[in-house]
Amino acid sequence: MNDTIVAISTAIGVGGIAIVRVSGNDAIKIVNDCFKGKDLESVESHTINYGHIIDNNEIIDEVLVSIMKAPKTYTTEDTVEINCHGGIISTNRVLETILNHGARLAEPGEFTKRAFLNGRIDLSQSEAIMDIIESKSEQARKIAMKQLDGSISNIIKDFREKLKNLLSSIEVNIDYPEYNDIEVVTKEKIKDNINVMKKELNEIIENSKNSNILKEGIKTVIVGRPNVGKSSILNQLLEQEKAIVTDIEGTTRDIVEGDILISGIPLNIIDTAGIRKTDDKVEKIGVEKSLSMINEANLVIVVLNKNEKLKEEDKEILEKTKDKTRIIVLNKNDLENNIDLNIEEYDNVIETNTKSLQGIITLKNKIKDMFNLEQIKSNDQTYLTNARQVSLAKQSLQSLLDAEKSLELELPIDMVEIDLKECFEKLGEIIGETYSEEIIDNLFDKFCVGK
Amino acid sequence: MEYEIIVVGGGHAGCEASLAAARKNHKTLLVTGNINNIADMPCNPAIGGPAKGIVVREIDALGGEMGRNTDKATLQIKMLNTKKGPAVQALRAQGDKNIYPQEMLKTMQSEENLTIKESIVEDLIVEDNKVKGIILEDGEKIYSKAVILTTGTYLRGAILVGSDKHSGGPHGERESKFLSNKLKDYGFTIKRLKTGTPPRVDKNTIDYSKTQLECGDEVERTFSFDNKAYYDVNNQIPCHLIYTTPETHKIIREHLKESSMYGGYVEGVGPRYCPSIEDKLVKFADKERHQLFLEPESNVAEDPEYGNTIYIQGFSTSMPHYVQDEMVHSLPGLEHAKIIKYAYAIEYDAIDSKQLNPSLETKVLENLFTAGQINGTSGYEEAAGQGLIAGINAALKVEKKEPLILKRNESYIGVLIDDLVTKGVKDPYRLLTSRAEYRLLLRNDNADLRLRDYGYQVGLIKEDKYKKFLEKKENIKKLRNILEDTRITPKKEVQEYLESVNTSPLSDGISLFDLLKRPEITFDIIKHFIDIDYENEVLEQVNINAKYEGYIKKANREVEKMLNLESKKIPDDIDYEKIPNLASEARQKLIEIKPRTISQATRISGVNPADISILMVYLKRNYKND
Repeated sequence: MNDTIVAISTAIGVGGIAIVRVSGNDAIKIVNDCFKGKDLESVESHTINYGHIIDNNEIIDEVLVSIMKAPKTYTTEDTVEINCHGGIISTNRVLETILNHGARLAEPGEFTKRAFLNGRIDLSQSEAIMDIIESKSEQARKIAMKQLDGSISNIIKDFREKLKNLLSSIEVNIDYPEYNDIEVVTKEKIKDNINVMKKELNEIIENSKNSNILKEGIKTVIVGRPNVGKSSILNQLLEQEKAIVTDIEGTTRDIVEGDILISGIPLNIIDTAGIRKTDDKVEKIGVEKSLSMINEANLVIVVLNKNEKLKEEDKEILEKTKDKTRIIVLNKNDLENNIDLNIEEYDNVIETNTKSLQGIITLKNKIKDMFNLEQIKSNDQTYLTNARQVSLAKQSLQSLLDAEKSLELELPIDMVEIDLKECFEKLGEIIGETYSEEIIDNLFDKFCVGK
Repeated sequence: MEYEIIVVGGGHAGCEASLAAARKNHKTLLVTGNINNIADMPCNPAIGGPAKGIVVREIDALGGEMGRNTDKATLQIKMLNTKKGPAVQALRAQGDKNIYPQEMLKTMQSEENLTIKESIVEDLIVEDNKVKGIILEDGEKIYSKAVILTTGTYLRGAILVGSDKHSGGPHGERESKFLSNKLKDYGFTIKRLKTGTPPRVDKNTIDYSKTQLECGDEVERTFSFDNKAYYDVNNQIPCHLIYTTPETHKIIREHLKESSMYGGYVEGVGPRYCPSIEDKLVKFADKERHQLFLEPESNVAEDPEYGNTIYIQGFSTSMPHYVQDEMVHSLPGLEHAKIIKYAYAIEYDAIDSKQLNPSLETKVLENLFTAGQINGTSGYEEAAGQGLIAGINAALKVEKKEPLILKRNESYIGVLIDDLVTKGVKDPYRLLTSRAEYRLLLRNDNADLRLRDYGYQVGLIKEDKYKKFLEKKENIKKLRNILEDTRITPKKEVQEYLESVNTSPLSDGISLFDLLKRPEITFDIIKHFIDIDYENEVLEQVNINAKYEGYIKKANREVEKMLNLESKKIPDDIDYEKIPNLASEARQKLIEIKPRTISQATRISGVNPADISILMVYLKRNYKND
């Protein structure tokens, strides 16, 4: 009896095709549930089937699905391999869809582990497997900690704290039923709590989508006063004429957007209107927009003109962006050096000009370094960690919905609590805290009970 | 050899252990410091409560004595948590402190394989890390094939009242002075634990008009599956509820430093769930009052110690006597109460329960079993549950058979023992329903269905009782089948009837079993459609299984996952030092605890999923045939 596991089994961001592998008792059923094409549960073993992966009637990807029934498979279990098109984003969505349909994300080396435990691989290979499990889990754990957005982690912690208090209140009512001074947890109180938690959990799920670099890319803002060369840097990055570039100050009035891939990770670039004091109404709107863009960005590229002394506006931009992840680009380094900026005081300063591509290559490498993109690319764990977290958050939400349903059915409080506990445990898995005796500890800390 | 099994200590663990061993036809010797203290209830006069009450039912299902004996000594009894689901309901009885020990002693004395001897045990006979018997205080050696230690608070036991500390037991009995040091020499880790009791007052010096009456249930209840009630349901002895006053709190605060605890006289670690009134005040400073129960200790007026006493539950303290007088007199209705026995704290030695196998045989010395407070637990029920298992397993060991190990999905006793051997304890361990992850399956109502087969297999449940049990099981199956096979359709008279009993009409035909799933449907309504005649216990099982089917299925799925890992055994001769890649913390914990199965290994804190994977791969490679 093995549960069903899934993982992307090709390196992420490399090659045009990615394979999502599913193995376990329900592998075929789970994939069939989100597959439009033949009925995979009735096709022959070891066949390749054309169709689409769908999620709520939305087509995620056009795929070829290999169906391999036990025992003649890599793991000796029922195995499905989905050949997906496209890059990271659609492959990840396919993975998520499979997770949402009931598979669990595979642990590092788990397919191979199963192959071994099921007698498929010989002894000499087992040593290597142990190395893989050991090294990958260590790496995964580290990355998981780093990857988890601090604010989300705090929200989940708070949220878990609330749930823990609710659970220990229910527990104390059960284990110490005759304490009149302890508040009895009513179904109404649970309902109120569930409503608040549902809302927050939904937000967490939405937020986790937005903060996901791999899925959403790095939101980058290019900022600088008019005519320092922002648009030309953007165009060099995009390698296409998207923004209108002239020598007249204030030409780029609108926000111009474009995507490039660096190491397979999308970089969402937003060029902003120049920031300067102006009375022009249209331009004023642009300036305000630029400032709010800076606030939301993952990365700010500040462009200065090396050919000129720093102006008030330059200083203001440097001041406004000083807390952001920032690269300072000294443009026009092919002209005379007139800038009075003490480079020593700043990190991540590079130089460019529009006549050669050298500066732009340096800029791209700088971005790779700063966001650890090489490592993300080579390490599938990073994305998987996120997919796992989102999947767990969704499962937590489902537990809350189950609890709500049980309340409506008038089931006793200790039954409803089963769902709440499940929610608590799933949330713990997201931030790497496993349920031990937290609730019991809390119970004795919070309530004065005992003979 | 005169005896096969020796049990040291006659508390609740020792009684169950010696009875089980003797009933399994082994010559058994019980050594106790004082025969009059056998099955004594030195703490509260109550048996059962959430989780604990279910343990008593489990003991009964397995063929132990505590349930039967409590039924003989019931002063009042009630079912707790009746407004909640069946999973958390539990019985609690006020037990007569005179009758309970007396009845237990009678039972033991009538057991032909059981001999009781008064003495203090100060050492064990040990050869090649195997226990061969005991050595008494006068040097006498008694040989046996197995020894069970159920020493309670008597390993270097000491009583504390204020700054006064003297060695001995709660009734002034002698303690075992040297045994714990000997155990240390043999390789056991010794811990110091502490517990406490409240003062007892003369029941005739209380003004009950200032208290609130607390009565038993109005229906007859028993712990045992085989008993009818001994007590008169209309004549149960009541308890009374009072609250501490601002004056009480003032007195305690003024004298805080004089208590043993806050004066720094206590070495042992006390239980979190059983705080003294001083602790409660310090920890919950803003609480204006604390609830106290006045519990009668016995209804046998002639009893010299318990005959006229009221136990003030919730008021345990280690204050000096004169402060206790002031404290008690500050309570409503107790202004003129006379203290008959002052409160005290008690310290004692215990071993590290991680040095035990799940059979309760120690890993340090073969043929040595331990149960009860020596293992770091507290509570009569926890002690009795372990005692029963230790008794059964010592006997099975003598018989050269596999031990009985109850799983976490089968019983609270299994949860308790697994927690002890896998996690160890810091403060005295008490069972709580929240310690059981499969709480829904471990109910008061189904303890027999979970465990009676085991009781029969080990020989503690006799043929006639077992036959009766099998009949019940068969009837549950039959009734369920009948209800599943009987369908009703939305005919006019059906709809009209359903509406008349306030449930919604049918939209389609359904089975009676599905109808029973509705929260408002009782068997009275079902009987309108079908003629059935089964005992209430049978109806109850089918009803619970219908009403909570979804959750029960969910729990069973979780159990299945756990059992899958439980079936993956770890051989005794495994050398964790030889497994490459294990994290060092995991390696150290695995060596210390020596889990028997992969499932147990997953419950050890500090052992991560990656370590489990590595362990499984290693086992597969090196123990190919398993």
